[in-house]
Amino acid sequence: MQRPSYLLVALSAACASAGARGTPPATPAAAGPRSQTAADSLSVERAQYPSTYRRHTNPPVVIRNATILTATGQEIVNGSILFKDGRIVAVGPRVESPADAVVVDGTGKYVTPGLIDDHSHLGVYAAPGTDAESDGNEATNPVTAEVWAEHSFWPQDPQVPLAIAGGITTIQALPGSANLIGGRSAILKLIPARTVQEMKFPGAHYGLKMACGENPKRVYGKRGGPSTRMGNMAGYRGAFSQAEAYRRRWDAWNKDNKGDPPERNLRLETLAEVLRGNIYVQNHCYRADEMAQMLDLAHEFGFKIRSFHHAVESYKIADLLAKEGTSVSVWADWWGFKEEAMDGIQQNAALNQQAGGRPLIHSDSPSGIQRLNQEAAKAMYAGVRAGIPITRDQALRWITVNPAWTLGLDSIVGTLEPGKMADVVVWSGDPFSVYSKAVQVYNDGWLVYDRNDPAHQPRTDFQLGQEPPPGSDR
Amino acid sequence: MIAVLLAQTIAITGGTVYPVSGPKIANATVLIRDGKIAAVGINVAVPSDATRIDAAGKWVTPGLIDGGGQMGLVEISAVSGTREGSLSGDTVAAAFNVAEGLNPASMLIPVTRVEGVTTTLAAPEGHLISGQAVLVDLDGGTIEQMLVKSPVGMVARLNEDGKDEAGGSRAGLAQRLRRVFNDALEYGRRKADYGRAQIQPLSASAADLEALLPVLRGQLPLIARANRKSDIETALRIAREYKLKLILADVAEAWEIADEIARAGVPVLVQPLDNIPSYDALGIRYENAALLAKARVKVVLMETDTHNARNLRQQAGNAVSYGMSWDQALRAVTLSPAEVFGVADRYGSIEPGKVANVVVWSGDPFEFTTGVEHVLIRGREIALKSRQTELLERYKKLPPKY
Repeated sequence: MQRPSYLLVALSAACASAGARGTPPATPAAAGPRSQTAADSLSVERAQYPSTYRRHTNPPVVIRNATILTATGQEIVNGSILFKDGRIVAVGPRVESPADAVVVDGTGKYVTPGLIDDHSHLGVYAAPGTDAESDGNEATNPVTAEVWAEHSFWPQDPQVPLAIAGGITTIQALPGSANLIGGRSAILKLIPARTVQEMKFPGAHYGLKMACGENPKRVYGKRGGPSTRMGNMAGYRGAFSQAEAYRRRWDAWNKDNKGDPPERNLRLETLAEVLRGNIYVQNHCYRADEMAQMLDLAHEFGFKIRSFHHAVESYKIADLLAKEGTSVSVWADWWGFKEEAMDGIQQNAALNQQAGGRPLIHSDSPSGIQRLNQEAAKAMYAGVRAGIPITRDQALRWITVNPAWTLGLDSIVGTLEPGKMADVVVWSGDPFSVYSKAVQVYNDGWLVYDRNDPAHQPRTDFQLGQEPPPGSDR
Repeated sequence: MIAVLLAQTIAITGGTVYPVSGPKIANATVLIRDGKIAAVGINVAVPSDATRIDAAGKWVTPGLIDGGGQMGLVEISAVSGTREGSLSGDTVAAAFNVAEGLNPASMLIPVTRVEGVTTTLAAPEGHLISGQAVLVDLDGGTIEQMLVKSPVGMVARLNEDGKDEAGGSRAGLAQRLRRVFNDALEYGRRKADYGRAQIQPLSASAADLEALLPVLRGQLPLIARANRKSDIETALRIAREYKLKLILADVAEAWEIADEIARAGVPVLVQPLDNIPSYDALGIRYENAALLAKARVKVVLMETDTHNARNLRQQAGNAVSYGMSWDQALRAVTLSPAEVFGVADRYGSIEPGKVANVVVWSGDPFEFTTGVEHVLIRGREIALKSRQTELLERYKKLPPKY
């Protein structure tokens, strides 16, 4: 009586990709896709698969008499929050609201920023988990920097509304971890949509998924390699060496545009963007000693690793990671499903926090993503019980602004502050209680989910005529 | 079961005791002697030689029982050498009792018990008939010492995975199961003829057919894993035909026919936090456990991720969140599994005469704020240590001292 899904995800899919970098526009919904020039980023000037995200028009909303957790250190009892046109206008004990604002009574309820999962395979490993829906690992070559998760992402994945109901407003959808370099991630607003383009977080840069350890060597060990950890390292180094040369060729051509441009190589184009700092490396890596190796690799080629994902042993080198400025995207308590996961402990996030690092809780699971708040609660109290003084605000940051930072979006989402995008969750009670649930989820000011109103409980096309609606008898 | 116990008397005093068999008792004493619960109540005399555990302000419950998983049968999931829960190459593995695959030295055992889970199922997996599940206490230096009861049920898969073992059709699966049952009955009637090779060849080995006889006599439950409503109905139908004692497991769509399951008097093993749809379970939903309990089905909760069996309490808390009463949920991780696995005379509640598996919690066992303060298994206090607490101690201050 085993749960196959966790294990399958952990073994075949689990991993991280990269987030975005630079300063995305302050009003992403209005500004549309960030314009880029050949000189500052991409090798070729052409439309780069643009976001078509548009904010839904909504009346202003004011939530009153709630306990508001801002993720900026404040816990406002009997507080209010007003948001309008997709932006947070005011948060505090007393908030003026316009006459046309929808008033939500928050008595007994809690309000937090929308939750962010920086490690999801929603849409690329969609449900039902058939071979036909298995689009997360391009396991045909150990280096596939040329593939993009958005080209696999299926917006009708029935797991999407489940995650929305858990209070998730932004995800990073990643390729799996079969490959040393698995491809680009997709940074998405988690909303019902017909196309992935409508979900792409405007202005977000791509991430690059890389993977250490057991998975690549298991997948390629009998298919030409790598078959060892040293082979893994040689594989990354070889790829980035080529990318350095490729970048030089394009940089030279970009100076004067003389003659024919160099031939495009989609694999190296992505890696060159990593070297230019425009794509963040999100690195699936379990063991402490391997993370240290990957930091050396990053130093060799002059890029930063934005986050180590899974990082079950990050507590062993928390000081090193804090110094490096690399965040750690971890589970609350997963361990033991493979050898490199043997040393997982429940205090991992807390110990990284204590060391001055930037921990966050990720899901890597269509189940776990629905209760990221519970996972953060477990990790927080495990720390507290071990004498590590984690605050509720810090634990909230593990599932809001810290993942936002990992995606390069912390100036736009992740806290409840005036000017930030109105990604807001209303909880039935303390979000760190097992008995609390998200009752309302606003994404960019749009009420995408309301537990008490079937009109705001989106169902994907897949579910129609297949799943009995909750409460039905069939 | 061989009890290895020192004669010891322990009194847990001042806590709020949740006996499960009856209403909670504030400021109560639980007296434990020689591994058994000797007395429970507010006027219990504490002998002078008793070791006292002060539980003032604490909650005292029976040790939690996980109705699923493979405790002791898996160490590292991805390392086949450490897995013992499946017998390869035998579609009908009825004779396969997992007991001798148990590893009493498994590091999962301390990791789990220090968080209040004291007893778990250890179930075989795979195939059409997976084999015999056993119930174990999370303490004991030998297999014999760990075992609470062996076997507690015969596991069979009436789900999408199981049909691959029977030609690829659900109908084929049901037919195969009936044929095996019929052969077992034939074998049981004509053992002498079988021994002289005077009957038609049967569709499973003599050992497997022999192992099915207790199931067909209604002595050993069939634990049928099924998710789709129609598969659950098939399990109920076959159980009626052969007068089996049935336990349903997984049961994603059971909420759709909760009344029918209740009428059949069949208990269910459910993992509340399962809700990802598959073609085996399009109707899967979080409210399953609650809706079954509401229909008066006997519900046992599972955490099937063996490494995180400790999250059984999170499963229970979420069952409450999605509609079970708190009392129902506590029962579903204590007394109900004891009843379903046939050990309620010894396990599942805090009552005189029962085995002293008792946990002292800092608060509501289902809440994340709550920690475990004391764990007693068979009346012995367990040190709250595991490989994970040792890793924590080693790396709490960096650099570590090796």
